[in-house]
Formats: sequence, structure tokens, C-alpha cells
Amino acid sequence: MTSATFPTSEPKPSWSRYFSFNTDAKVIGIQYIVLAFFYFLIGGLLAMIIRGELITPASDLVDRTVYNGIYTMHGTVMLFLFIFPVLNGLNNLLIPTMIGAPDMAFPRLNAVAFWLVPIFGTLLIASFFVPGGPANSGWWSYPPVSIQNPLGHLVSGQGLWLTAVALSGVSSIMGAVNFVTTIIRMRAPGMGWFRMPVFCWTALAAQSLQLIGLPALTGGAVMLLFDLVAGTSFYRPEGGGDPVLYQHFFWFYSHPAVYVIILPVFGIFSELFPVYARKPLFGYVYVALASFIIVGLGLIVWVHHMFPSGVAQWMRNLFMVNTMLISVPTGVKVFAWLGTLWRGKLRLSTPMLFCLGGLFNFVFAGITGVMLATVPVDIHVSNTYFVVGHFHYVIYGAAVMGIFAAIYHWFPKFIGRMPYEGLGKLHFLLTFVGANLNFLPMHPLGLMGMPRRVSSYDPEFAFWNVIASLGAFLLGVSIIPFLLNMISAWVRGPKAPHNPWNAIGLEWLLPSPPPEDNFGEHVPVVIARPYGYGSGLPLVEHQAEREQALTLADKMEASR
Amino acid sequence: MTSAYPSDAPEQLHGAEHPKHNLTGFIIFLCSESVIFLAFFSGYALLKTSALNWLPAGVDGLEWRMPLINSIVLVSSSGTIVLAERAMARGNLWGFRAFWLLTMALGLYFLYGQAVEWSGLKFGFTSGTFGGTFYLLTGFHGLHVATGVGLMTLMLIKSFIPGNYAGGEQGVQATSLFWHFVDVIWIILFVLLYVWQV
Repeated sequence: MTSATFPTSEPKPSWSRYFSFNTDAKVIGIQYIVLAFFYFLIGGLLAMIIRGELITPASDLVDRTVYNGIYTMHGTVMLFLFIFPVLNGLNNLLIPTMIGAPDMAFPRLNAVAFWLVPIFGTLLIASFFVPGGPANSGWWSYPPVSIQNPLGHLVSGQGLWLTAVALSGVSSIMGAVNFVTTIIRMRAPGMGWFRMPVFCWTALAAQSLQLIGLPALTGGAVMLLFDLVAGTSFYRPEGGGDPVLYQHFFWFYSHPAVYVIILPVFGIFSELFPVYARKPLFGYVYVALASFIIVGLGLIVWVHHMFPSGVAQWMRNLFMVNTMLISVPTGVKVFAWLGTLWRGKLRLSTPMLFCLGGLFNFVFAGITGVMLATVPVDIHVSNTYFVVGHFHYVIYGAAVMGIFAAIYHWFPKFIGRMPYEGLGKLHFLLTFVGANLNFLPMHPLGLMGMPRRVSSYDPEFAFWNVIASLGAFLLGVSIIPFLLNMISAWVRGPKAPHNPWNAIGLEWLLPSPPPEDNFGEHVPVVIARPYGYGSGLPLVEHQAEREQALTLADKMEASR
Repeated sequence: MTSAYPSDAPEQLHGAEHPKHNLTGFIIFLCSESVIFLAFFSGYALLKTSALNWLPAGVDGLEWRMPLINSIVLVSSSGTIVLAERAMARGNLWGFRAFWLLTMALGLYFLYGQAVEWSGLKFGFTSGTFGGTFYLLTGFHGLHVATGVGLMTLMLIKSFIPGNYAGGEQGVQATSLFWHFVDVIWIILFVLLYVWQV
């Protein structure tokens, strides 16, 4: 082994690279994640204002118009500026290292895609300061509400919203082309499709969905922008247009977008359960393939968001059945994880706790998802808090918890230092309790008929709303131990060895943090399927020598 | 520390993209780009079939003769670009440049014909969904034709760099692929806009 395992002679890379146009996927990955959490704090602050308003039945904290802007921006910021960027960050860190590539296929394109994020983020946040305030037609921007421009300014909140979403689409397409090309073309020798880690399978599936779905939203948004600023009537009924057409464009992307978010989290679960249960992933091939069945089905369910929008009955029936079918491949995955946990040697460290909590919440969200797929139930609870509750169980309860699990799990690898267990467990406890306290009451509220997107409500809804708000404030507090943990671990945490969790995977055969070109010339030859826990069989050729060298380097680092 | 991928070395930062992946990436991008046309086409079909008064007052359909000539020009340019690629495969750089230029000229003629057609029309972008979809579809397609001509200009300039195309050139392949794509889109568009007029 050469310098790849002994990077001690190299000068320590400077902090400033995180603020520059850097083309190293590992730098870009960390840039994505840190920036995403900056926007997470903004989106979270907006959520706190929403729950603060809803703690009393009267509209007393903010003006109604302001409230409309706040929930619109909360949704938009959390999706386009937090979830997608944070997942792209994980993709950047994990895909090249997991498949043994030195970098992404198009490093400069990768950097451009990243730097678009602060640009459209600034544009979106700036819309708070234009006349008329930010967009306030909800995160879906349905016409005719979204094509009103009563003040007549050319630069309106809605116009900025559309521009930001279009730029976000450009950035995501650049990212998707890059991730897909990298996975297809740059895998290590010997890594056939069915030797690829499940995270890469799910990333490939999710990014394929981006490539198929996003252009439809972009097309629909371009037409909306023309209706707003050029006076066309694509969605204006008075000019012969059809507002429901926009809903088709929007949901053709935005339903699959939920799979873009949750599929990589399935990947994270599939990576982490075997590590912390010390068993191979149960049904690896089926878990991998189920991702693509979810892609196929996920593209033909979008009308379930439009059951009350005046669509034909045959469409309702068809899309109801399609939606329910999704629970089959998803169920395959859930049972595969349970099979992995079954009689395993469970280690309840922070990443594992987040995975277990995320899985619990996901199963709950799956059950309410099947309820929502059913046409009569959906029409009854449509536009109520039931939908909000279901959605937040998926996104916060499952996806964000999975993302936290991934951050705790791979932090030592890419930062080179260990996060603190105590703070991590506190973070988990507050998140799990807070999320359930916040989102569970939304289900009875929805069944009782409380509509979403209102700042005042009937006093009979007060009890559940108070509980939800308290849960939300707990979630707000939960982020403090997380930030404390990340910052202090990054600055002065204990040095991480190359494989602190005893995990199997190419990324764990690199030093922590990995050198800039990962394996360099010494790309390992993969000779087995991933997740060989308990089998004692090597993953790559000359595994023992590689590990010996890495352990030696760890010891040298520790003695310095 | 040397790398298996020479383009990763810092001194070659200008060639930081891996050339052998460019065509793969471009094909993936084209597949994605086709969905945006698919969205516009299906929106057009939905608006047209559900409209009560499709044609704006004073308009009785689209004139198809000149657009047909335009279509023939564009479709034949797909043939000339193939001839250009063949010339390059045989190492005949001047033949490549000649056919490449001819393709560009045909593309520019198409854009000119489109502009002439637009200027003679009695309806505008805001004339209901008929006008809106017409200008959206032809305009968005025209933008792609212009992009194609731009890419060809770039490849033509690159052909004057000595030895640049000696080992075959993925940029030329990608441009040619893009041009065929633009062509196929136009055929669908012609059928939807000019043939389907009932």
C-alpha cells in the first residue's frame, strides 16, 4: 500500500475549501449537508411560528396573509432547500466511496449543481422582502390562486418562487445525470449490479425518478410563469385553460418526489440494520429490486392527490389500486429489515436508535397512506390535518430520522472524528417523542374535520392542537443537542479509526477521512456481495492486508 | 498520489470532466429532456380535446404548406449530419466540415422559415390556449434548433484544432444525437399542430 493509507505526510487541507468552487465530491457533500441544515433552521423557525399561531384557536400571533406566506415557505424551504440538498450531500459522500470511484463522473457539473442551491435559496428567502411578501398559495402553488398578481409588480413573491423552483429543477437534473452516470460507469472491478450496496440501488432508483419526473414539473411551472407574467391562459378557465392540468403536471413530479426522498432512506436502513444487528441483509436481491418496482409504480399514482379535483371515476379507481400496490414492494423491504433484525445481536447506538425510530414511524405512515389511497376516505379527509399528519410522519418521522441515522453513522468516516453518544441519544429521544407528539394529534384533528392552512379554528380542536404545538417545540429543542454534538465533535471529538462500527463496505476500507481521490490507483476488486456479517468471508481481494495497513495507520494517528 | 483517472490530477483541471462518460451523461440528459416535450404535448392534447372554442375568433386553422417545406428541410438535415459523421469516420475532415456546414445552413433556414411563419400569423401568445400552446411548442422547439446550431458551430471550430478529432469525437456524436432528437420532436409536433386540425 502506498500513500493512500498513510496520508499523514500531506498538508492538512484548509477550511476555506468548503467556501470555494471545489470539485471534490466529499467537499461538495459536506457543503450540501451544512448548507441544508442552515435552511433547515430557517424552515424550522417558520414551523415554530406556525405551531405558535395554532396553540390558540384565535388568529393572534401573525396576520392571516403573513401566515399563508409562512406555511408556503415552510414547505418550499424544507423540501427544495433542506431534504433534497441533504440527500444530494449524502449521495456525494457515499456513492463514490461505496462503489470505489475516485470522484463523480462530472466533478465540475457537480460543483455547479451545488452552487445553484445557495443562489435559488437566496432568491427564495429574498421574496420575504418584496412588495406583497412571499408566495402564499401553498407549496403546490395551484392556480388560480398562484396566478393572481393584484399589486401588478413584475417581481412578485410568486414569480420568485417559480424562478427558484425552476433553478432547483436545473440543479437536481444536473445532480441526477451525474449520480446515474457515476453509478452506471464507475463501479469498482468485480462490483456487478448485485454486488452493489443497497444505498446505491436506491440512489439510482431515486435519481431515475428525478430524471423522469422533474421535467414535467418544470414544463408545468414554465406555463404557470407565462400565465402569471405574460397573460397567457393555460390554466385560466376564462381563457379556455384548465387549472386541473397544472395539478397533473405538479403531482406527476411531486408524488414521485416523495419516493426520491424516501428511497435513499430505505437505502440507509438497509445499510445500517445489518451493521447494528451483525447479520446479512435479509433478501438483498429483493430489497434492491423492490426499489425499481417502487419507481415504476410511483410514476402511475399521482392522481391520488386529485381525487376531489374533478377527475373521472375510472381514474380514481385505477389510481387507488396502483397506490395500494405500492405497499407490496414497500412491505417487502419492511419485512426484509425485520428479518435482518430477527435474532440479531442488536447494538443500540445512536444510528441504530434513529433507524428503529424511523422504521416505526414509517410503518405508521404506511398505514395512514393506504387509508389515504382509498377514495372515500381520501375525499373525507382531503385538505385536512390528516394529510398533514401522514406527510410529516413520512418526511420527518421516517426520512429525516433516517438522515440523522446516516449522519451519525458516517460522520466518523468523512469528518474523521467521533460524535458523542450521550448527546446523540438525547437527540434521538427528543426527536422521537417530539415527532410523535407533534404529528400524531394531526390525525384525530383531520378526522374531526380541521382543515389545513388556516390560522384560526373552532375551539373544539384546541386540545389536540396544544399537544401538537408542544411536540413541535420539543422538536425545536431537539436540534440543540444535535448541533452541539456536530460542532463539538468536529472541532475536538476523539479521532475516528477507519472502521469504528465494524461495518463491511468499500467506504470502510478507506482511512477516516478518505484522501481526495479515495482509493487512487488501488481500487479494490470486489469478490462478494455486500453485508457478509457473521460469514467471516472477505468483501474484496487482499482484504486482510488492507485492514492491517489501515489499523496500523489508525494506531500511528492515535499515538501522535 | 497518482490516480486511475488522469483527469483528476490538479494540473488537468480544465479537462476535469471524464470524456468517456460524456456521451452516457448526454444520453441520460436527452431522455430526461424528452419528458418536458411529453408534458407539453400531453397538455396541448388535453387542452385541445376539452376546449369549447379551440380557434380564436377570426382564425380558421393553420396554413400547412410552408411548414411542410420547413419540415422537409429539417428532416433532410438529419441525413446530411449522418453524411458528415461518415466523412469524419473515414478521416475526411473537409468532407465533414462541408456536410456539417450544410446541416447548419438547413437548421438556420428552418429557423428563418419559422420566423416568417410567426410574423404572418393573425393570433398571438395570449390568444387563448390555441395561441398559447402554438407559440409555446414551436418556440420551445425553435430554442432547441438554435441550441443545436450553436453546438454545431462549437464543434466546427473545434475541428480546426490540429489532431483534435483524430481519435473520434464524442462531442460530434452528442451533437448529432441532439439534432436527431430535435428532428423527431418536430415530426411529432408537426402532426399534432398542423395535421391534427379537426
